[in-house]
Amino acid sequence: MFVRLMLPLSLAISLLMVSVQAQARLEILITEGVNTARPIAVIPFKWLGSGKKPENFSEVIANDLRSSGQFSPISIDKMPKTPSNSQNLDYALWHKIGVEAIVMGEVKPSTKAGKYTITYELLDVVTGNMGMQEYSPVMEKRRSTVKTKQLRQFSHRISDVVYEKLTGDRGAFLTRLAYVAVDHKSTHPYQLRISDYDGYGEKLVLRSKQPIMSPSWSPDGRKLAYVSFEKKRSQIYVQDLYTQKRELITSFPKINGAPNWSPDGKQLALVLSKDGQPEIYVLNVTTKALKRITRNRVIDTEPSWSPDGKSLIFSSERGGRPQIYQVELTSGKIKRLTWEGEMNLGGTITPDGDSLVLVSRHNGNYKISVQDLDSGELRTLTKTQLDESPSIAPNGSMIIYSTVYKGKKGLALVSMDGRFKANIPAKNGDVKSPAWSPFLN
Amino acid sequence: MNLSTISKSLLIALPMLALGACSSTSDSDAESSEVNKKAATEEVAENAADNTVETDVIEAVELSEEEQLVQKYTWAILETTINFEFDKSTIAPRFTKILDAHAKFLVENSDKSLTIEGHADEKGTPEYNIALGERRANSVSTYLENMGVSASQISVVSYGEEKPVNLDHDAAAHAENRRAELTY
Repeated sequence: MFVRLMLPLSLAISLLMVSVQAQARLEILITEGVNTARPIAVIPFKWLGSGKKPENFSEVIANDLRSSGQFSPISIDKMPKTPSNSQNLDYALWHKIGVEAIVMGEVKPSTKAGKYTITYELLDVVTGNMGMQEYSPVMEKRRSTVKTKQLRQFSHRISDVVYEKLTGDRGAFLTRLAYVAVDHKSTHPYQLRISDYDGYGEKLVLRSKQPIMSPSWSPDGRKLAYVSFEKKRSQIYVQDLYTQKRELITSFPKINGAPNWSPDGKQLALVLSKDGQPEIYVLNVTTKALKRITRNRVIDTEPSWSPDGKSLIFSSERGGRPQIYQVELTSGKIKRLTWEGEMNLGGTITPDGDSLVLVSRHNGNYKISVQDLDSGELRTLTKTQLDESPSIAPNGSMIIYSTVYKGKKGLALVSMDGRFKANIPAKNGDVKSPAWSPFLN
Repeated sequence: MNLSTISKSLLIALPMLALGACSSTSDSDAESSEVNKKAATEEVAENAADNTVETDVIEAVELSEEEQLVQKYTWAILETTINFEFDKSTIAPRFTKILDAHAKFLVENSDKSLTIEGHADEKGTPEYNIALGERRANSVSTYLENMGVSASQISVVSYGEEKPVNLDHDAAAHAENRRAELTY
């Protein structure tokens, strides 16, 4: 039986979809920094208008760069001066305190109402200090006019530009997180929420009296697929975040689980147990054609697409304990990827296609780990014991996951090399099942 | 086993028993009440003319609903939770009495249906735990079917690690959360 149904808002009795600006409940707290992080100065942007400065640009940018684990922004009281443009800048002052690069800028009210004009520069201190005419220390200089509502977003945009100029990799500061918050004291304890990647601007997508699981972002960042138990059984829904329109995707008997969007956004990999054991299927989102991918007598689950969309990674008990396998979609050929550890679960291939991020059990502890796909070498990244649901930033720099830390279930971040760690404690209740959005710009 | 679960399942189970009892004897009851009605009307008419005698209603001795169930299906009918070892879905011997009692109840009340909820602890990933919870619920379902319960009386739903009964994160909580729950 296959059901396709558009569910109008008025019919969702036990559910409420609200789009209110909630106070940020999540905040990144760095627990383990990297001593090789590059010193950088993000100077407070100069406000050229009257009244209060509309947004604290330098604070947002400095926090972004710090939480990437790659930069160590110096505090304002260590800054020799606080200039706002590079004219007659004394690079030696900055070079002396070991700063590699400077971000500075100016903000003024635009001639158009409700808008601001922002000018910013990224300066290379080493080049500037050499003082050679033929090499400009100005790595970037831009001006934009931005609406009041978009000022914080624009600060993240500046961080992206700075990050890419200085590391060569694309920044992932203009991204979002989806996650499930569980507050047992609430009338609707299960809540699907979205925030900026840094926990700011949290919004409620859906709340329910029954569990919500496994959010997965469409590649355009517009929709979420997830599992809802609102009918006292598992069903897969897709919800458009902008229009709030929900579509029931599957409602077969038994498990409807683990939806995961293909890189082209045309298909969903998912798990159904309608014919016995949980098996992997691929559903065409437009035609609703369903194709069964795995076929055996044990558990197959947690499908995730390889970045090229040609294969699926999944967890299977076909070898005894669960391990990670890869199935090539055209040939159906299946390959086992993991051999180390008591069991391996929740595998995803990194955006560059080189590594597999997973949950690996060693001595009874579940830890976020990364396996090099060429050498097969497995490295453990975390020190906690109950890690689950790893999700990779779209630029491959960082993993967000859920874990139990100091007796509470919450989210945490670890860099791909395991050297940088941060916790994102929830103010109330538990937070779990994080999903990092694709690039949104 | 917590008390509210017992009483909840009983509130649903008991009226079913009562209904069952009525329907099985309804034919003969109907006949005898016809006869009694006649007799009673005559008596009332007589009494109205002559009130030298009076009668009063005596209530029958009634067992509590729980006691009635226990009398018929043993104490085990009040238990609705089956616990499991870590990563296992086999039913430990200490739980077979409970399942036998529910099997007998379902066989004798074929119009009743049961939902088996499968649950896991928080170890491992949520998606794997959904599969594990379903395997536990299936294992209970198979046991009941082997005891003669019709598959059409049983439905299975897995909540994985999403609905723990104990919110702590230690071994004791994990053991309590690895379970199947029988709900009528």
